[in-house]
Amino acid sequence: MPDLFKPIRRLGHAAVERIWRLGFATRFLFAILQHSGMAFLRLPLLLREIYFSGVLSLVIILVSGLFVGLVLGLQGYETLQRYGSTEALGVLVALSLTRELGPVVAGLLFASRAGSSITAEIGLMKATEQLKAMDMMAVSPIARVVAPRFWGGVIAMPLLAALFSAMGVIGGWLIGVVFIGVDDGAFWSQMQASVDFRYDIVNGVIKSMVFGFAVALIAVFEGYDSAPTAEGVSRAITRTVVTSALAILALDFVLTSFMFRGTS
Amino acid sequence: MPTDILVDIEDLHFAYDGRPILRGIDMRIPRGRVVAIMGGSGCGKTTLLRCIGGQLRPSGGVVRFGGDVVSAMSEKDLYRLRRKMGMLFQFGALFTDMSVFDNVAFPLREHSALPEGMVRDLVLMKLEAVGLRGAGRLMPSELSGGMARRVALARAIALDPMLVMYDEPFAGLDPIALGVIGQLIRRLNDALGATSIMVTHDVHESLAIVDYVYFLSEGRVVAEGTPDEIRTSRDPFVHQFVHAEAAGPVRFDYPAPTVGDEFLGGRRHA
Amino acid sequence: MNRTVLDLWVGFFVAIGIAALLFLALKVGNLSSAQLSETYVLQAKFDNIGGLKVRGPVKSAGVVVGRIAEIRFDPASYEAVVVLNVDGRYRFPKDTFASIYTAGLLGEQYVGLDVGGDEKMLNPGETIAKTQSAVVLEKMISQFLFNKAAEGQDNK
Repeated sequence: MPDLFKPIRRLGHAAVERIWRLGFATRFLFAILQHSGMAFLRLPLLLREIYFSGVLSLVIILVSGLFVGLVLGLQGYETLQRYGSTEALGVLVALSLTRELGPVVAGLLFASRAGSSITAEIGLMKATEQLKAMDMMAVSPIARVVAPRFWGGVIAMPLLAALFSAMGVIGGWLIGVVFIGVDDGAFWSQMQASVDFRYDIVNGVIKSMVFGFAVALIAVFEGYDSAPTAEGVSRAITRTVVTSALAILALDFVLTSFMFRGTS
Repeated sequence: MPTDILVDIEDLHFAYDGRPILRGIDMRIPRGRVVAIMGGSGCGKTTLLRCIGGQLRPSGGVVRFGGDVVSAMSEKDLYRLRRKMGMLFQFGALFTDMSVFDNVAFPLREHSALPEGMVRDLVLMKLEAVGLRGAGRLMPSELSGGMARRVALARAIALDPMLVMYDEPFAGLDPIALGVIGQLIRRLNDALGATSIMVTHDVHESLAIVDYVYFLSEGRVVAEGTPDEIRTSRDPFVHQFVHAEAAGPVRFDYPAPTVGDEFLGGRRHA
Repeated sequence: MNRTVLDLWVGFFVAIGIAALLFLALKVGNLSSAQLSETYVLQAKFDNIGGLKVRGPVKSAGVVVGRIAEIRFDPASYEAVVVLNVDGRYRFPKDTFASIYTAGLLGEQYVGLDVGGDEKMLNPGETIAKTQSAVVLEKMISQFLFNKAAEGQDNK
């Protein structure tokens, strides 16, 4: 006899499972914070992780930033031209990048480049019993493996987002000023007049810090929680990228509604 | 309690997700001995090891290590205790991002403030003990299975532990590497004055090197004895295991409805 | 991995990351120009502020001399109170005229200060007496049409 309640039961099961994992992730975050001492006392550990998540993401971040800036320059010029205000191109490019595109796109790239590799690394260490072995050697895997990777990601992400925005502005300048011929002085002076340091740039940096925190936590958690098999690790990597992307976009909405409400 | 008992296990129970895995195990492992725990796959051997190391909390019973109750320790005490234990994992579990040298140096660097020169000497001594002094620069991916196992062994004994645990040290090795590892386990145990517990299903190799054997089946100790007693045992379980027979108390078939029900009775549903 | 090489790369990464932040702060943002000097507060009341926004510029003779700090509604006089943060280097006479202008046809609105001839200066915290409200486009158009219609009737 077919089980009519099966779909409903499955739904309920999935919901409980989610909440369970959320609770575990929260406890995991506290464990990381509790065990973070070693990551900061032993700088080589932290530097290694900044290298892996920051330096190795440099190329993709710089190249993507440049291209996003180029596209923004082209599209922005097209639109602004209709209103005869092409000098505002600098403003448009800089504001879109510092407020939104910089943190968000850099966050998405960071999740798929660094986040997935953090998950893979921790997942493989779990699958090959390296974490258990470390635990048996009286070394906490959370302090030695997880916390440095977490903080490495948290530190690298705002720098990457800033680089992305800076490259984007340069890209927009290249298209607007060098190729199309918008006035160089107007491009920069309008930009400087309209982009506020505290309001636009600091808020953008805060966004990128929040995204870095979220992506790094998701990445280390998915790795640590993965099923200790090849299939489990590959699924954990997929989950890292998907969950990070959703988290970045949702957090972006929340932060934007707090930061940029009402004024200009 | 006599002080020459290093690991004392009393009525140990362990259940995973409500499914009982260990159901009342009693064992006493004296200092200086090499003890094998044998049994088929999935009989709870590895679980037992992890209870001794404190990585799993038993649902009942007591594990004592040198008189201290492992199962009641805080995380901090457990970590202090584990410095006196070494463990060789099934496939070595070497840190893949470190060289052989750094792998062996890992416990030394984590737990002591020794100057780098002394760490180097100690690591080279341990590697020499497993015959791999020249392999320090290699990465784990460049090692054969047997070599990886020996490096892991050198790492397990880096802190001169009182107890060394081996989880399937012979799994997946060729006959030569198997003999090498077996001899190493015995020699290192005697040289270090340590105690060894070895979980394995490799009967003949282990009978050649151990002092005492426990047989586990379905979470219970079903037989025990010295290698000589085991070889001549008339116990049907031991006999089946030692002589690798398909028929005996350990069933080859997974529990299933009878053949008649499955093939003929099944039609009714179709 | 060789530690020194790794350190070099991390150092390089952190350095260009900070350089990018500085670039954003100084070249893209206005950290260098607007927020360095001390400011003092002036107030101005308007009948209608139009589309004026907080953080909008305050200009005199076309030069940015401050920013709009706060806009609120005064329930006693039914007027809009605009609080201005003015650059401490500049002082303005008592009879300064505050108006709301629009930069270009569709640009942002700002407060313009037109200087009078009084010898006494406005002190911090004082209110500018003479103001002119924003020009609301709809009002202007309707007024224009009304006038035209009135002219038409007169000519008959």
